[in-house]
Amino acid sequence: MVCESWKAKLDIYLDGELSENEMRTFDAHVRSCPSCSADALARTQMKRAIHLAGKRFIPTADFRRRLQQSVAPKRRRSFQFGWVFAAVAAVILVVGISTVNYLRIQSARNQVFSEIADLHVETLASASPVDVVSTDRHTVKPWFQGRIPFAFNLPELQNSEFTLEGGRMAYLEQTPGAQLIYDVRKHHISVFIFPDASTRTRLTENSVSPKQLPFNMQTWSQRGLRYFVIGDASASDIDSLAKLFKAD
Amino acid sequence: MAGVNLQSASFEELAMPLFDQLYNFAHWLTQNREESEDLVQETYAKALRGFSSFQLGTNFRAWMYRILRNTFLTSRAGLRATSTVPLDSDEDGAELAIEAETPETILMSRSNSQRLQNAIEHLPLHYREILLLCEVEEMSYQEIAETLSIPIGTVMSRLSRARKTLRDELRPQFEQRIN
Repeated sequence: MVCESWKAKLDIYLDGELSENEMRTFDAHVRSCPSCSADALARTQMKRAIHLAGKRFIPTADFRRRLQQSVAPKRRRSFQFGWVFAAVAAVILVVGISTVNYLRIQSARNQVFSEIADLHVETLASASPVDVVSTDRHTVKPWFQGRIPFAFNLPELQNSEFTLEGGRMAYLEQTPGAQLIYDVRKHHISVFIFPDASTRTRLTENSVSPKQLPFNMQTWSQRGLRYFVIGDASASDIDSLAKLFKAD
Repeated sequence: MAGVNLQSASFEELAMPLFDQLYNFAHWLTQNREESEDLVQETYAKALRGFSSFQLGTNFRAWMYRILRNTFLTSRAGLRATSTVPLDSDEDGAELAIEAETPETILMSRSNSQRLQNAIEHLPLHYREILLLCEVEEMSYQEIAETLSIPIGTVMSRLSRARKTLRDELRPQFEQRIN
């Protein structure tokens, strides 16, 4: 079979490790050969599945703290300078570090909020916004089992104006999490859930979203999970949905 | 002294972003939470001590993974893992790719992450590590070669065998399911 020689290199092709010329030739062949294209698709699915399944273990917050302390630069005492100079230097250092740290954290937080907004917009623009389509929380919740390294509860929506549309996987700072889509009066709202410890950017218990964000958003931390509720619905709708989650 | 501080500051900046992925990789190697914490801790301690010998501009990620892997291989858990699994010859040519997979295999890999995780867990160490470096860490063949200290040709053949072994591992489970 002519294809045997192609198939021997299929994995290298899918790993993107062929030379530019070989890649082009391979692209053309895969497009015209049903057998190789089916094989390529199956292997791509397998690569994707391994990629997701492989991101499995998350360090504890306590271990992260211990390790961080062990690699942080040790400050050595020096008696070569006078106390006054040392005190002034310390004050400048503290103010400087605090300011830089504050700005850095502020900028990192804004970036997280922008990423969440991007994920939400991307979902709205997608032809298939949800991977699991169901209004039943008992269908949507089990779908995430084995896909994300944590469990969460979905609130009962009876007597509320919200309807569950479905869910999909989402990634924040390379951490897998859950995205749930809700509707209220034709507005779509996304609820994102990620493990709190694994997002590198520290958010305070109830960080406030930046004013320039074109959506209403709420975020909070609960039982080790970080929740984001975002959408173009009114702030009171976002708040109501957030309360349903918080109450659960 | 300032030099030392500067150096450890930049070590922290380079090394801490790798913490989550190194921990994940360590856990896959040791298959145990305590041992993976010890392994990561020791890796960072060794890397910090040897940071002066690290040449800026070369691949820091591959350097860290190499330290972690070497530390693991010389640990009790590592010796246990390598003593029970004989290494196949990697110098043979790459395995011929298997015939097209069935749609059911695809379905299985999509819908049953746990099954896939178990199959990866059961892979011999040298297959498990190379598959994780390629698919999860998305390292290039060059980076993998640096991490594992093997030639690129061996990276390709070992990766090919690892994938085949994983498929073979998954196939009987799949056949069991449809029978």
